[in-house]
Amino acid sequence: MSNETSPVKIRTENLDFYYGPSRALKSVSIDCFDRKVTAIIGPSGCGKSTFIRTLNRMNDVIPGTRLEGRILLDGRDIHAPDVDVVELRRRVGMVFQKPNPFPKSIYDNIAYGLRINGMKNARAIEAVVEKSLRGAALWDEVKDRLDDNAFALSGGQQQRLCIARALAVEPEVILFDEPCSAIDPIATAKVEDLIERLKKDYTVVIVTHNMQQAARVSDFTAFMMLGELVEFDRTGKIFTAPANRLTEDYITGRFG
Amino acid sequence: MKTSTRKGIVQAVGFFALRAAMGLVLAILILFLYDIGKKGGGAISWEFLTQAPRRGMTEGGILPAIVGTFLVTLITAVLSVPLGMSAAIYLHEYARQSRLTRFIRLSIRNLSGVPSIVYGLFGVILFVNVMRFGTSILSAGLTLGLMTLPWTITASEEALKTIPDSYREGALALGATKWQTIRTNVLPYAVPGMLTGTVLGLARAAGETAPILFTGAAFFLPFLPKSPRDQFMALPYHLYIMATQHHAIQQVRPLAYGTALVLILLVLGMNMTAVVLRYRLRRKQR
Repeated sequence: MSNETSPVKIRTENLDFYYGPSRALKSVSIDCFDRKVTAIIGPSGCGKSTFIRTLNRMNDVIPGTRLEGRILLDGRDIHAPDVDVVELRRRVGMVFQKPNPFPKSIYDNIAYGLRINGMKNARAIEAVVEKSLRGAALWDEVKDRLDDNAFALSGGQQQRLCIARALAVEPEVILFDEPCSAIDPIATAKVEDLIERLKKDYTVVIVTHNMQQAARVSDFTAFMMLGELVEFDRTGKIFTAPANRLTEDYITGRFG
Repeated sequence: MKTSTRKGIVQAVGFFALRAAMGLVLAILILFLYDIGKKGGGAISWEFLTQAPRRGMTEGGILPAIVGTFLVTLITAVLSVPLGMSAAIYLHEYARQSRLTRFIRLSIRNLSGVPSIVYGLFGVILFVNVMRFGTSILSAGLTLGLMTLPWTITASEEALKTIPDSYREGALALGATKWQTIRTNVLPYAVPGMLTGTVLGLARAAGETAPILFTGAAFFLPFLPKSPRDQFMALPYHLYIMATQHHAIQQVRPLAYGTALVLILLVLGMNMTAVVLRYRLRRKQR
């Protein structure tokens, strides 16, 4: 890709991924640029969720899986033997498809990540909780009921709570795995606004099967099909002048 | 119209059958408790609960049996609860699905079906003879502990299964280690269920006779045990003796019913504790 605007934050090189004998990713090479939003689109089952979960080694916990190829974070292989996967996951945060607040208070949901990472000072925790909730545009809605159970929030609020929770541990990259597929359109708009603002400070990778969403929020778009990367380019280019016939058919709604 | 009436009839019949089944079960239970309550209630007195048996167990109370059952259950819990919960955590959270873990699970299921007398004989060999604990509270408690382990493990694993994976993934994604995830974001929500299953298992153990028969329960001891190496009287065994082995069965029958009532109340009490415990812990989380 020409005229890159920022350094590469995450690079995957010939990434293959297997669930047992079945190959879910076929030689996928993508560059995610620092402080840009990279969207991964494609029909269901194309491997986009598998792909994003390899970036923080979330697939490690699934038995019977195997990965080949390399993933580089700031140029360093995240599977190198001296890499601490726990530290990797702190640096590369994740927001899941279904909002998954913990059955704790709103406050404790945010504080959870701080506490497990060793922060003990209650003042400091309080400050980060507020900062994170502000960062996720949720503060004004919950500031008077931080002790309420997180399940009392609406679906969209829960998802922003999960974003705030991810922000609290100060990651460098945030992965969004179809973050809006379980929430309503108004909540979706709020999350999209948020992603727009987050890219000032974070590298964002988002999986979505909503093409308009990819067009709205992302700087770069990767189109995947059947485990293969079909096309990867600036979002504007993908949606106006795709180089590949398959990409064009997909974005114009001929299938998928 | 016609099909809907037919559906309505089928539904009414179905509901009636379900209600009848439930009513039958309840009726049996109530009848059972009523019978024992009526025949045993008269035997219950302050003396009955606080005195040792006298005059060849035709008079006096059952205090040594109450204390014995309590102590032996305590030892059962000390063995079974930490070991069973740990095993369940290993099986559900750490062990990968392999031929070995499948074999372990199958073994556990099978162990829960082994007759309790077999545990009793096993306890005699292992604890009484090989480990030289003698016939004692310790041997009997450990034998019952082994017997309840399969229940504890299975109940604990079921409780862990009810915790959604999203709690685990959510914590891991924040940079928690596996153990941190389990300790702070899985166990707190699983423990109420684990405890319920465990206490139910303990309640069963408290009512068992066969495993303690050879490992520590005594026919008659007019005093309380002083150390875990002492023999003891236990409610179920005492009841067995009073009901079938006594030289004057007719004369001691009310005492036998009284013993049965105390044993049932003890077990019911433990089950209630399990329910209350679970309720309390669940509420605290909200």
